[in-house]
Amino acid sequence: MPMQAASTEISSRTAAIIDEMKGLEGPLLPILHSIQEEFGHVPKDALPVIADGLNLSRAEVHGVVSFYHDFRAKPAGRHVLKLCQAEACQSMGSDAVAAKVKQLLGIDFHETTRDGSVTLEPVYCLGLCACSPSAMLDGEVIGRLDDEKIEEIVAEVRS
Amino acid sequence: MIPRIYIPADSGALALGAEKVARAIEAELKERGVEAKIVRNGSRGAYFLEPMVEVATDKGRVAYGPVKPSDVKSLFDSGFLTGGHHKRWLGAPDKIPFFAKQTRLTFARCGINDPLSLDAYKSLGGLRGLQNAVAMAPADVVKQVTESGLRGRGGAGFPTGIKWKTVLDTAGAQKYIVCNADEGDSATFADRMIMEGDPFVLIEGMAIAGIATGATKGFVYIRSEYPHAVATMNKAVAIARKAGVLGVNVLGSPNAFDMEIRVGAGAYVCGEETSLLNSLEGKRGVVRAKPPLPAIQGLFGKPTVINNVISLASVPIIMDKGAAYYKDFGMGRSRGTIPIQIAGNVKQGGLFETAFGLTLGEIVDDIGGGTSTGRPVKAVQVGGPLGAYFPRALFDTPFDYEEFAKRDGLIGHAGITVFDDSADMMKQARFAMEFCAIESCGKCTPCRIGSTRGVEVLDKLAAGIEPEKNLALVSDLCNTMKFGSLCALGGFTPYPVMSSITHFPDDFKPAPARVAAE
Repeated sequence: MPMQAASTEISSRTAAIIDEMKGLEGPLLPILHSIQEEFGHVPKDALPVIADGLNLSRAEVHGVVSFYHDFRAKPAGRHVLKLCQAEACQSMGSDAVAAKVKQLLGIDFHETTRDGSVTLEPVYCLGLCACSPSAMLDGEVIGRLDDEKIEEIVAEVRS
Repeated sequence: MIPRIYIPADSGALALGAEKVARAIEAELKERGVEAKIVRNGSRGAYFLEPMVEVATDKGRVAYGPVKPSDVKSLFDSGFLTGGHHKRWLGAPDKIPFFAKQTRLTFARCGINDPLSLDAYKSLGGLRGLQNAVAMAPADVVKQVTESGLRGRGGAGFPTGIKWKTVLDTAGAQKYIVCNADEGDSATFADRMIMEGDPFVLIEGMAIAGIATGATKGFVYIRSEYPHAVATMNKAVAIARKAGVLGVNVLGSPNAFDMEIRVGAGAYVCGEETSLLNSLEGKRGVVRAKPPLPAIQGLFGKPTVINNVISLASVPIIMDKGAAYYKDFGMGRSRGTIPIQIAGNVKQGGLFETAFGLTLGEIVDDIGGGTSTGRPVKAVQVGGPLGAYFPRALFDTPFDYEEFAKRDGLIGHAGITVFDDSADMMKQARFAMEFCAIESCGKCTPCRIGSTRGVEVLDKLAAGIEPEKNLALVSDLCNTMKFGSLCALGGFTPYPVMSSITHFPDDFKPAPARVAAE
């Protein structure tokens, strides 16, 4: 029963995280961040374990997980590329940058390429507003995006 | 003396290639067999000069920038380790006009040294404010902060001292200091710069707030989009704890104060103080109705000071040099200095700390140097996504809370985004509504439904459908959102929308060509 085995595996790893962090004041967000770090997303099977561990209802846990943009229900691609779409970047042509990246990767925002290499997401401000347009590739920041940098990024995520 | 080379590790500098420059300099040192110490400092905030590399010489610091990896060989050839001339030579950093014109109080140390060196922090006046505070009665600390005229730098501009007094006067077995570092407004990066470039000033400010109000525990809620700030703050807290700046006896006094760094999860609305508190508690980041004020029932229902990073980071200098010193800067009821963040389509973008009172025109044209595209400035959005768009006709507005309010605007967290004449203000107005729809917490109807209806009505307007009727409908909708929303997200989204309509009416006229083409 591989399905069940995977589910048990998720439960035990989730339970270990909860054990480690439940002493924090307001532990749910730190726990969810740790779970996402552990699995690359917040698996459905982790939710009842969290609810049980923190004495919450499943609905409450689901409500929190689904409220925040950061928590993923499914794993992302091998790379995550976030393009800033907020005003400062708009003033420097972030629309055109997004259009070009989407065309080169063949996907829209919130999608992952078919080969699983990259997930593309909009982000509303990276605090790099004097270096617009900006992006974040797997946690690394990139400013003053131009055609050359965009092509470099696309080549990197494809390799 | 081994030469010291300063290469910023601030996110903005990293985004512009500081890491590659650092690697190129390391490689060059090795190849030439030269010994030098590389210090990774924060940024001083002139992003048009980043990566700005500095060298400590006998005659003081000499800056070079913006440095590209390909410049490194020629920099060494020009003798940059002793301040030699080069096309990237900028001279003494404090003589560079962008810095020379500033009044740096809160950012006095930012970008100068290794942000994680507590000794360097102390050598530039750090911890003096906290030392003074531990020797004072809490009420006297609160009095100093009140008298300084410091107002909340997060955007609301509420007097910091009055907030603290409420918490001091409210009885509670446990009280909290919460630092709002959920700096989500586009065009703002002052909080990020402080956390990455001078984290101890924030820790010191929070410890002072704790001592002043009787709170023993602090939280810094940092947005997840700032991984570098999170990492630096975590390290700085550990260092401060080890050095006795935090702990059961702050600086050897009987006062206890400790703190934790928490990370947000990508919800813009959590920059609103009550939804931030809910988020810290592990709930959905939904706005709470006020009253009760967080000062009375805040985090976990306990009396809580919740202040922005810059408000808290401005406290140490007030406690060091006194309320009168700080109050002496500024104009009207806006006292002290404000770190203006000049962003977007601008030639000289960056952080400019100055006393209140500069006009918007001086900021955009003289300091910012106009647009980076070289085209005329069309609009300037002041105060982030919830701030109004100002046309050139209002460039005489002084940077002051009340003066901006008089012109139906706000200074918010003091970020300004410059747009050139290619901006389509109807598109910007639509974006404001769209952003509100994406980020609304859903608790109140004007914001949750109003923003979605706003997008639809503006789309009709763009398509030329009953323009007069729909323009009136947008204004009416904005009125409902402004007065009917629970928090500033729904309440202030009308600012960018209505200012676009008022100041740029031509952009809202039907485009017959567009309709005909479809």
